[in-house]
Amino acid sequence: MIKEITIFPGIDKNGFKEKFTYIKLKAGETVSIVGPTGSGKTAFITDIELLAQGDTSTKRRVIINGEIPTDEIRYNPSMKPIVMITQNTKCFADLTTEEFLQIHARARKIYDQKVIQATIDLANTFTGEKIKRDTRVTVLSGGQTRSLLIADAILIGAAPVILLDEIENAGIFKQEVVSLIHNTGKIVIFVTHDPVIALLTKTRIIMENGAVKNILYQNEPEIKVAQNLLELDKKIGHVREELRAGKAITYDFLSVNFA
Amino acid sequence: MKLVVIAGPPSAGKTSLIKQIVKRFKDEITIAFLKIDVVKAFEDIELKKEFGILTKKVYSGDLCPDHAGVMVLGDAVAWAEKSAADLLIVESAGLCLRCSPYLNQGLGIIVLSSISGIHVPEKMGAMVSLADVAVITKIDLVSQAEREVLIQKIKEVHTGIILMETNALQGNSLHRLYKLIKNSPDIDKDNLFLKGNPPLGTCTICVGKKEVGWKHHFGVVQKLDGPFAEYLYRGE
Repeated sequence: MIKEITIFPGIDKNGFKEKFTYIKLKAGETVSIVGPTGSGKTAFITDIELLAQGDTSTKRRVIINGEIPTDEIRYNPSMKPIVMITQNTKCFADLTTEEFLQIHARARKIYDQKVIQATIDLANTFTGEKIKRDTRVTVLSGGQTRSLLIADAILIGAAPVILLDEIENAGIFKQEVVSLIHNTGKIVIFVTHDPVIALLTKTRIIMENGAVKNILYQNEPEIKVAQNLLELDKKIGHVREELRAGKAITYDFLSVNFA
Repeated sequence: MKLVVIAGPPSAGKTSLIKQIVKRFKDEITIAFLKIDVVKAFEDIELKKEFGILTKKVYSGDLCPDHAGVMVLGDAVAWAEKSAADLLIVESAGLCLRCSPYLNQGLGIIVLSSISGIHVPEKMGAMVSLADVAVITKIDLVSQAEREVLIQKIKEVHTGIILMETNALQGNSLHRLYKLIKNSPDIDKDNLFLKGNPPLGTCTICVGKKEVGWKHHFGVVQKLDGPFAEYLYRGE
């Protein structure tokens, strides 16, 4: 079981060493990675996903529970304690959703067939248009693909570390996703540009020029602001769903308070 | 001298992978590189220019590249040894998927791109099933789940294969491959054999007859509506 992962510094885009000594993340911790595009956010979580040992372009090293992970843990998907939701909104495998999930379940050594329908059902709570068992994964929309991959990560990946790369994209119901993976005892890391997600996490890692620039911890005002934004976000979400459903917006929505 | 044979479909990332291997080892040992291709290849020029290593290429032309590989590999080993190379890297075009260029010695590596299609491991036959190592490239283009689905498919074709994933342009996570190359024993050049079986026989088309119709030919081609039991057509 993963109690903690520790990240040791690598180099920035100019080859200079990062300024932190190490970053230790403990089970149950939520983290967001923020910074401008191209600042190295995705590379940071990719290092964690690959359990880098100085052999990626950033030269970072990642250890689990104080130990260097074995080859088996690094390279065997069924042993891998990490799932990652990448920014990809496309599947290339010419398979139905059912086949895709079945093969992935085999890769992760899960043999209970009930997991297939459960994953599709969960994915359908994140997306407007429903995914069916026999839908080919190649024709799923961007939002459907990400919904399926998130559900797959939670139920089939079922790992103690979850990495999510900009889940706010592709028009999925992010509130559902966030509330589902909070308080699961897992280490959850969000790469995000979304203020609500960023403010809801306990730790924020700030990236710049390929390196970790700073690490901040959630303070009292941020918790309050996050609650405020959450309410606002729900209201915006409500208007969005009305628009998506083809409805006209009435005076009732004027109560939306943007203060 | 160590030998590494690299195969895989066009655009899978074989040359990018080779560049990473050369970059890793060029300051420690002497590397020789042979490219076998059918019509056109630039890899030898590129590698020579970028890293200053010994390179050679051969065009197989009308012959299949794996066939050409078997014929010229003896010469290539002799050339590399004469040049005091410590590592010979052979890059094969690998086209018809009937054969595989791997030998009983050295390391056989199949390079597959993560977006090459889920049925490719099965379709590529011996090129996958006889390899020692599979390197999956372009992993930044697909989701983790899809990568694992492809890995599972490869494992179902070849349970013993050593799998690794990389973005070959950056050379991510290739330490394990470097270790395998480093630890692979030197070859004994008088006992090099193909791992797989070469294709069955040859036919009259292969030797250049142009006439159309069964009566002009014999060989091992199946008739269009031939009965299933008659797997091979052996001439009239």
